[in-house]
Amino acid sequence: MLKAIYNWIDERLDITPIWRDVADHEVPEHVNPAHHFSAFVYCFGGLTFFITVIQILSGMFLTMYYVPDIVNAYASVDYLQHKVAFGVIVRGMHHWGASLVIVMMFLHTLRVFFTGSYKHPREMNWVIGVLIFAVMLGLGFTGYLLPWDNKAYFATQVGIKIAASVPFIGESLQTLLQGGDIVGAQTIARFFALHVFFLPAVLLALLAVHFFLIRKQGISGPL
Amino acid sequence: MSEQQRHENHESEHKETKQRREMSRRQFLSYTLGGATAFMAAGVVIPMLRFAVDPVLQAKGEGTYVRVVEESKVTEEPTEIRFQVHQVDGWYESDPQLVAWVARGEDGKIFALSPVCKHLGCTVNWNTNPQYPGQYFCPCHGAHYTKDGQQLAIATAPLDEYDVQIQEGYVYLGPIKPNERV
Repeated sequence: MLKAIYNWIDERLDITPIWRDVADHEVPEHVNPAHHFSAFVYCFGGLTFFITVIQILSGMFLTMYYVPDIVNAYASVDYLQHKVAFGVIVRGMHHWGASLVIVMMFLHTLRVFFTGSYKHPREMNWVIGVLIFAVMLGLGFTGYLLPWDNKAYFATQVGIKIAASVPFIGESLQTLLQGGDIVGAQTIARFFALHVFFLPAVLLALLAVHFFLIRKQGISGPL
Repeated sequence: MSEQQRHENHESEHKETKQRREMSRRQFLSYTLGGATAFMAAGVVIPMLRFAVDPVLQAKGEGTYVRVVEESKVTEEPTEIRFQVHQVDGWYESDPQLVAWVARGEDGKIFALSPVCKHLGCTVNWNTNPQYPGQYFCPCHGAHYTKDGQQLAIATAPLDEYDVQIQEGYVYLGPIKPNERV
């Protein structure tokens, strides 16, 4: 049945070559843990992406209950965590995944650094990776405020103070981030927008370039 | 290209074969199309950008003064005074409680310090750390300040002051300003 559907589509759109280009490529021996177990260090990039996918999925489901509003945000998080079936799991995935994605990204960066994979001709991909790192930190920072508890509030207070210490534009940057004079109703709305629309859009675009470059240039050779 | 230049070019053709530096039809069309596209793209993007940066460009509201304490009750020892202000945060209006540490300085003038630490915005308290008696102390990163709000460690600026007005024996607190005592 599935095969028949696939053939029906393939006959009309000729999708097999496209699929081959995307997914059907050889993994060199030196990065394959089945050959050398120590090659597991080459998995951290893929693991980062895997966790990123989990973050996107769990985040999408969290927005079914969460409301970005200073009166109701905390109550909605409390409700989805304690009253909704599997709320602990879904929010837990997003909560722990947020930290894990940073850890995996860091390990991936270390691997790239110590295997010298950032060198010519892959310098651009290192730069893209650093941008991804920045966007990930931005996602962490904006997401941290959303539960609107004391920890969230003061972490944001501190983070915005750091942004405000930038010479010349600091004060404007603070107002822009806060959406007003204080960390309040407009800040949580803004951070929510950044967290679920703007930063993920930038992240996906950067990831697309990151993956395109690695497919185009290939994985760096063995040490 | 102006009409005059065109005319000059036309004349020069008679004298010597000079290359006419005219825009090609193709180039003209692509510039026109590009310009029209840029104009339409700007029409889409500009409203959104202006929308996003609106808080930065909005005029700051005038500060109001709140009566907090009788002038005669203020001593040399800083006291914590809580008072309510009306706060408009976009669509959300509230009357949050603010905290001021009010004291009389050595010059006899009454001043009120904001408890917001100038390091990273935590809340300082008077005389809470036995290591720093008679000082404001911040529990977050250990910043401490003198009675006048002069920073002694960690923080890079003195504690902010509330604008103080004395009217008919009462202390009124207004907007927050940079410390003027140190």
